[in-house]
Parts: sequence; structure tokens; C-alpha cells
Amino acid sequence: MSSPSIEAVNLSKRYGSFSALSNLNLKIEGSKCVGFLGPNGAGKTTTLKLFTDMIRASEGKALINGISVHENKKKALASVGSLIESPEIYPSLTPREALSMVAEIRGMPRSERKKKIEEVVAEVRMEEWLDKKVGKFSKGMKQRINISAALLSEPEILLLDEPSTGLDPRGMSEVREIVKSLKHKNRLIFMSSHLLNEVSDICDEVAMIDHGKLLVYDKLNNVVSRFSGDGGEIIIDVGLSRDIDDQTVTKNISSLTGVVSAERLETKSLRIKFSGNLENQERLLSDLVALKIGLVSFHPSSSALEDTYLNLIKATL
Amino acid sequence: MSKPSLKAGPTVLPNLPGSIAQVGVMTKYELLTYFRSRRFFILLIIGLIISSILTAVVAYYGVSSFASNALGFYSFWWGNSVTLVVILSGIFFGGDAISGEFQNKTGYFLVGNPLRRSSIYVGKWIAALTASLIILAVYAAIAVGNGVYYFGASIPYQFGESLVFSVLYLIAVLGFTFFFSSLFKSSSMSILVTAILFLFAFSLIQLIVSSLAQIEPWFIITYGAGIIGNVLTDPYPTTQSVRGGFSGREATTLYAVSIPEGIAILVGYFVVTAIIGLLLFERKEFT
Repeated sequence: MSSPSIEAVNLSKRYGSFSALSNLNLKIEGSKCVGFLGPNGAGKTTTLKLFTDMIRASEGKALINGISVHENKKKALASVGSLIESPEIYPSLTPREALSMVAEIRGMPRSERKKKIEEVVAEVRMEEWLDKKVGKFSKGMKQRINISAALLSEPEILLLDEPSTGLDPRGMSEVREIVKSLKHKNRLIFMSSHLLNEVSDICDEVAMIDHGKLLVYDKLNNVVSRFSGDGGEIIIDVGLSRDIDDQTVTKNISSLTGVVSAERLETKSLRIKFSGNLENQERLLSDLVALKIGLVSFHPSSSALEDTYLNLIKATL
Repeated sequence: MSKPSLKAGPTVLPNLPGSIAQVGVMTKYELLTYFRSRRFFILLIIGLIISSILTAVVAYYGVSSFASNALGFYSFWWGNSVTLVVILSGIFFGGDAISGEFQNKTGYFLVGNPLRRSSIYVGKWIAALTASLIILAVYAAIAVGNGVYYFGASIPYQFGESLVFSVLYLIAVLGFTFFFSSLFKSSSMSILVTAILFLFAFSLIQLIVSSLAQIEPWFIITYGAGIIGNVLTDPYPTTQSVRGGFSGREATTLYAVSIPEGIAILVGYFVVTAIIGLLLFERKEFT
């Protein structure tokens, strides 16, 4: 079986004079998770809608496994699960009925249906609500059912548009775990998100888009090293339980291994610019503890992906 | 959420159901939502109220005040009121059938699946027709019950014809309401426009065109629906010229739609509006 693929060929979408997507050329192939990043109105949802035939392209083609979505939607989407813009489910149906509808549309054998529905509903922790009407559900509960609908047919390609929308922090973490587990199972996941920590946690590759134009598509590490703008340096905020003087900062902390610079923000906090891998970070932490400066917190002030994102998006403003 | 338990490797579904089978799935679940929602029962209650009022009126004033034979009875009962039941069915089940998918965002749940939009449209249309036919059947059963009570089990064949024409009118009305539902993205707008057209506008235009302009209103759906009542009149009414006006000598034509003409109007309305409605839905974007 060939590996799953999605491909945008000169894909454009215009609304009058406004160009929502401009000449997008992007081919994603294989089992991996690709994060799709960009500010509001950048064209992320537009792209995903074009891949599910919710809107029509002004120019170009959206191909799934080499099949044009617009010309042969049924065949193109046969192995695709999608979640676009937090759909609403018919309020008078129960999750079991709504998922049965999806299962029947997708031709899932009757013998497997019940088990499979219970399985995906359990994955999103909605077992207790399986036979309650959706009309009574909160936004987050509906989103969980939407996620289970996307997973129901075990699709080889998943198109997810901000899947964590409407979920509480626990729900967000659970969605991350589900997506992480799927990418190891021969699935191609193309996921738009505003949550950079989510993307850096889950995704292998990242595509960034702004003003309808693709800015970059590459492996996450490559994108960060090429565009973060600080040569891979990260900034670490350090919290202290007692005051620290400038001399300790300049003499003792600035000279630690990997520290590029250190400055006192307030009497009980520091900002350290650091260069190095996770092991070097671990060593820095133990060195700081050894200095007995009253260290109580130690965390990156912004992720490398965030720096990259801000550099790239700023550049297009 | 628990640890994902999906098996390694995707399931490749060997065969997606054909489009006709998917239409069946859409119909099944649309009917389920109708039966779960209040609107089906509200319309059923409206049908029962109309039937109850007619039953009470006939019982109070006596059947002879309204009809001297079975045909006259069915003309009074069925011919005068069934069009309202048909129109209400069209508004209740067709008014927001498509626009609601956009406004309520339920379409987003469906459209991302490997399913033609035409299957969604046709499935919903068949469900609306089925729900409407149930209402119509209940209404017809009460009419027949009263007719049998007053005039015996011999039901005039013209009532059967009228029933068939009512179903044809229902098909045309649903074609038309689905078309309007595809035109708008707002449920309330599509319901309102459909209701105004069928309850007031068509009748008014028909009156103006036929009475004032003296043109046969063959292009108005409600004129075509005239065969439902006309077939219960013996002899069948024909277009005639009468003297009238202020002087009493001005010639006025009273138009009566013939059966072939009525069938052609209703079929024409259904075919044209169904095709345009489907094309609109196919092209409409979930923006």
C-alpha cells in the first residue's frame, strides 16, 4: 500500500478581490504529523476546507492520495477523517446515533459498528454520555464527539482544524495524547493550531502560512534552526526566593556553561539567554541550585518554535 | 481520554456504500431527527386541530348544511383545506432543511465525509416527503372516517384522484421549499420567504393576474394545485367568460385549471426547482 498523501497544486481561493489562499503548493506524504500554523485569517481553515470540498478552489487542485477532492470527493475522502471548525451535531441525536450515521455513510459493517463506536467514544471519555441527546452537551463535549467521529473509520489521513478548540486543559492534553498515538500507526495527520506548544509537542513537521501564502514547510527542527533568529538560543526565566545582587549575576551566573548572557529582571528574578541541548539545560539547572541563590522556578520564557513563528510572521507584516 | 486503543494501521474500507445507499442513510437519520423534534408533532397537532374543527362544525350544523352527497362532502372537507396542510408540511419540513445545515453548522459534521452533496439533498428531501405523507395520511384518514360515517363506505373515486393530486402538490411544494432553503443560509429567512410566498403571495399574484390582467396564471403553482379541489366538483369546472364589472356588461374570464394543465404545472415546478435547488446546494460554500 502506498503511503498516504495530501497535495495542494497551485491552490488558490479568492473572495472577490480578497485572496484567502494564494497559489499554495504543498505536498505532504507518509506517516507523520504536520502542524499548520499561521495567524487568524492566514488561510489555514480555507486550506482544510478545500481539502474536504467544503469550498471550491478558485484555481488549482487539492489532491488526496492523488485524487482530486473536488472531482471525485467520495473516493478522495474515503480514507480521510476530518474535523473542520467545530461542527454541530443534530441536537436530537445521541452520540451513538450520530456516530452510527457516520459509520453507515462510510460503509462500516454492522457487526463492527457498535464495538467501534463504543471504542472511539471511550477514547474521548464520553462513555457515560453515549445515549444522551447531544443538544444538552457543552461545546467541549461536542468537540470530543466530533473527534471521535473523525477517528471512527480509522482513517489513514486526518485533517484537523484546531482540534483542541473548546476543550478544557485536561481535554487539550488528552487530544494531544490521541494525536501522538495515531502518528505512530501509519497515519498522516495535518493539523492546524494556534497552540505552538501543542504543535512542537506533537508534530514532526511544520508548515507556516500567512496572508494566504506558504512561508515555510520543513521538519520542525530545520524550521526552528533556520528561522528562530537567535542561532538556537533559548531564553530561560528563573524565579528566586530571595534577592540577588548584580555581582552574583555577572560573575557567577554569566560564567556558567552555555550561558550567553544573564540579567536581573527584578530583585527576585533573572533572565538567562542560553545555548545548548537538554542535557546542558539540566546541568545549568543543577549549577544554579549549587550556587544556593534560592532557586524556585526555571522555565523557558518562550519556545524556539514561538520565536520562529514570530520572526516569520513579523517578516510578512 | 483513555489510552487510544486503535489498532496499528488504518482500516481500508473495501467498499463505500453507493450513493443510493447513502441517500437511504440520510433519509433514515433525518426522519429520526424529525420524530425526535417538536416540529413533527406540532404539525400533526395542527392537522388534528383542523380536522377536529371540521368534524365539530359538521356535527353541530348537520352534514346537509354543507353537502348533499359524498362527493360534495369530500369537496367541502378535503378540497378546501388539504392545500393548507400541504403548504404547512412544506414549510415545516422543507423551509430550513438545507439552510439549517449552514446556519446551525450541522453541515460541517456531514460534508467532510465521503458523501456526495446530492445524496444529502435527496436523502433530506425524501425524509421531508415521508414525514409530510404521514401527516397527510392522518388528515385523509380523518376525512374518510367522517365521510364513511355520514355517507357510507362508498368513497367517490374522485377523492382518490384528489388524494393523488395532493401528493403531487406536496412533491412540488417540497421541491420549491428545498430550492428556497438552498438559496439562503439563514433558516428563518428561508422559512419566512417560503411561508409568505405560499400563504399570501402566490394567491395574491394569481388573483391579480387572472382577475385584473385577465391572463391565465399557468405559471403559478397554486393555480396548478386547483385540480385538487376541481376534481371533487361535478361537473369538472371549465374556463368561462362571464359578464360582470360595474356596468354588468364587461366580459370577465374565470380560469379553471384542467387536469393535464395542473399536472404539468406541478411537475414543472418540481423538476425546475429540484434541479436548481440541487445545483445551488452543490455549489454553496461552507464559509
